Amino acid sequence: MKLAYWMYAGPAHIGTLRVASSFKNVHAIMHAPLGDDYFNVMRSMLERERDFTPVTASIVDRHVLARGSQEKVVENITRKDKEEQPDLIVLTPTCTSSILQEDLQNFVDRASRESESDVILADVNHYRVNELQAADRTLEQIIRFYLEKAKKKNELPESKTEKPSANILGMFTLGFHNQHDCRELKRLLNDLGITINEIIPEGGNVTNLKNLPAAWFNIVPYREVGLMSAIYLEKEHQMPYVATTPMGVVETAKFIREIASILNSLTSVNSALGLTKNVNFDDYIDQQTRFVSQAAWFSRSIDCQNLTGKKAVVFGDATHAACMTKILTREIGLHVACAGTYCKHDADWFREQVLGFCDQVLITDDHTQVGDMISRLEPAAIFGTQMERHVGKRLDIPCGVISAPVHIQNFPLSYRPFLGYEGTNQIADLVYNSFTLGMEDHLLEIFGGHDTKEVITKSLSTESDFDWSPDGLAELKKIPGFVRGKVKRNTEKYARQKGIRTINVEVMYAAKEAAGA
Amino acid sequence: MSSALNEALVFECETGNYHTFCPISCVSWLYQKIEDSFFLVIGTKTCGYFLQNALGVMIFAEPRYAMAELEESDISAQLNDYKELKRLCLQIKQDRNPSVIVWIGTCTTEIIKMDLEGMAPRLEEEINIPIVVARANGLDYAFTQGEDTVLAAMAQRCPESVNKKKEPSNLTDQSNHPPLVLFGSLPSTVVTQLTLELKNQGIQVSGWLPSQRYTELPTLGEGVYVCGVHPFLSRTATTLMRRRKCKLIGAPFPIGPDGTRAWIEKICSVFGKTPKGLEERESKIWAGLEDYLKLVRGKSVFFMGDNLLEISLARFLIRCGMVVYEVGIPYMDKRFQAAELLLLQKTCKQMNVPMPRIVEKPDNYYQIQRIREFQPSLVITGMAHCNPLEARGIDTKWSVEFTFAQIHGFTNAREILDLVTRPLRRNDNLKALGWSKLVKN
Ligand code: SF4
Repeated sequence: MKLAYWMYAGPAHIGTLRVASSFKNVHAIMHAPLGDDYFNVMRSMLERERDFTPVTASIVDRHVLARGSQEKVVENITRKDKEEQPDLIVLTPTCTSSILQEDLQNFVDRASRESESDVILADVNHYRVNELQAADRTLEQIIRFYLEKAKKKNELPESKTEKPSANILGMFTLGFHNQHDCRELKRLLNDLGITINEIIPEGGNVTNLKNLPAAWFNIVPYREVGLMSAIYLEKEHQMPYVATTPMGVVETAKFIREIASILNSLTSVNSALGLTKNVNFDDYIDQQTRFVSQAAWFSRSIDCQNLTGKKAVVFGDATHAACMTKILTREIGLHVACAGTYCKHDADWFREQVLGFCDQVLITDDHTQVGDMISRLEPAAIFGTQMERHVGKRLDIPCGVISAPVHIQNFPLSYRPFLGYEGTNQIADLVYNSFTLGMEDHLLEIFGGHDTKEVITKSLSTESDFDWSPDGLAELKKIPGFVRGKVKRNTEKYARQKGIRTINVEVMYAAKEAAGA
Repeated sequence: MSSALNEALVFECETGNYHTFCPISCVSWLYQKIEDSFFLVIGTKTCGYFLQNALGVMIFAEPRYAMAELEESDISAQLNDYKELKRLCLQIKQDRNPSVIVWIGTCTTEIIKMDLEGMAPRLEEEINIPIVVARANGLDYAFTQGEDTVLAAMAQRCPESVNKKKEPSNLTDQSNHPPLVLFGSLPSTVVTQLTLELKNQGIQVSGWLPSQRYTELPTLGEGVYVCGVHPFLSRTATTLMRRRKCKLIGAPFPIGPDGTRAWIEKICSVFGKTPKGLEERESKIWAGLEDYLKLVRGKSVFFMGDNLLEISLARFLIRCGMVVYEVGIPYMDKRFQAAELLLLQKTCKQMNVPMPRIVEKPDNYYQIQRIREFQPSLVITGMAHCNPLEARGIDTKWSVEFTFAQIHGFTNAREILDLVTRPLRRNDNLKALGWSKLVKN
């Protein structure tokens, strides 16, 4: 048992649901007690999703505990099959099914005989994997399922696309700025003359998965989700992949060069693919770096000079924390005192990435450890998750949010990618704004702060000629500060009209009612 | 009585495939209500994730709750539950020093049959802090019923009234009626308001379950009258009657001016008091609501059902002049809600509208088909459905807000209508723009 107040990565089923509901026309059925479909609330609220989230539960209740859930699960699957005719139904186990140890695979086999839709059981164990690992697995599982099926039916594409093309793996719902990143990646690839074959899973169709091998190579923008699929596709379908995250000027250039080298290796192996001479994107990179992205210029400008050597702490998922650490140190000249991630399962990769870019590394999923580290180091700014933002608030240190877990404000309506060249601009703003805010605050404190008169809690008439009885005063104190002044004024106004001298609780509520009328 | 009731009101029961909050969510308001408590939810990451996201920013304010997160070794019984819980509770005692620790049992503790009730008294003795066990899990209950399980457990901890004839010392102030304890968690301002309403009728409230602090739990026992303020407290009511030998006053719930008046009148009648000035008071409140009533009159409502407040709210809205198509409700205790159901029936007759159909354990999928067919002016539902319905041009109100807003008593009737009319007012503003349907067909 572990005392826990907060977690960075959610339970496994959330990962599976995120992948499943990102596809079009895929329905997930959770094997779960009533109340575990909170995922639908998050998706509807955070993503402001217009459509009903294609997730329902096959509810585990007392009845099911006594008799087993076979009938119910099978019935729910076949019912959903008829109602919505999805291409695929993913039966999703939860912590509850993990301990019930029913043979869910058997239910799936039975249900799939009776339904038009494909049915699979997500292969995730609540106690072994977290949200991100589960998402990675589920994505691979679905891709594998459809490629094997296509292979059996001889439906795999016979050749590559005519022009160089790529699949993007791992863009999905409730991901940190994923939709914006996706748009930015499309733009970048378009600039390079690379067409997009499939984007998986966000907005993709499972029926199109059989086309995946037609692409020349795969792109995995975030390490957490998509890597397993890329590795599978490399092994089974000889597809190379790029797993460098194009975040920051240097890494974006690296990403583009890796693409170039993949294209060149492919064309040299098989010139029939259409390219005669080697591609070279160096001019493009140079142009973008110096003139399109403002970030390179920004690091050179006087503003940024003032940030030199300022202390920062970075924490987040492996992808974002590693990229951010490199950007801050290498591109902006900050001093990263500590870089950390909660992706414990990917700790080695993370250490290797940030080696030489920070003083120390913190691998933990315990937010109090992160908080302690921050208060010990007293950085000038934090780049972390929502949790670190709140730590920052408490310690009066500004924080830029760079990674999930996130809140609704991390789902901006406007265009805010973190990847590609536009992403570098966004990041520069984020960094700069965090620091100027911190500086402003600091200056204000030195010079005595803002105008601190709390006009609102003072009553307008200074010579109040009313007696407030102790219970009245006590009640008044319970009213939140920002409306207390108003309540007090209204009550006194009412008392004046009624000729009441002593204000007690009763008078207060009478006044409230009178004001309502 | 109940047969007459059944003739008029139609009760249906669907599949129970509906969306609601897990009952452990009660932690979020109860830890704030009971100031010296600490809530320990013994469950998995699933429970923790739900609480963390449902509680939103509250979580960052060092709340007095935590998860005892069960790991694989706990499930496979490699670790000793008692030792593990002792370790965590000692830590809580050291860090927070609460007056009570409430253990919330979850689905997992049910399935692995962890004997919380057995362990609590032993541990309580050992660490010297009361431990109250409430099994508020998603296998058995929905959303607000979580509070019911906690209060039912707390009811057992209330001190026993020593002498039936001579009332305990806090009751000596000339109240010429038997002691009255109200049950249901409400913000302290609402507690004050309702207490005052009764005081105006010469009725002294001798205590509330829950109280502001665990150490101030009310005295219970034979001869004590109890009355509920929430429709979802049927287990607590049963416990108070059966285990604590209290007398239950079955009244409609003090939600809306009509409900509040009926609630007070019922309590008065039990204590043989003639209510004073209630009629005028009610009509004055109604008159004060006229600006909102104008907006809702003749409009229709559909409750998808997720928090058990539905019957009372429907009754109030019908009295406001609305037509209610359907009242979805997770669980319907016809005995505990008898007076409320009767008032609903009476209200329908009085307002000359058809009785709504009451659907227990609704099926959200079928409900959405019915909503498409009826096209109600307003759907009261959970957040999972709000945005998708809005995108299809149907006005919605998020049901959970009724649980967190102050809706009890005369004074707060306006608050309910403020919530109900908000989508209507907002969408009135937007109507001229012609964007009501925002999905492609
Ligand atoms: S339904 Fe059960 S498993 Fe899910 S959050 Fe509630 S108590 Fe935990």
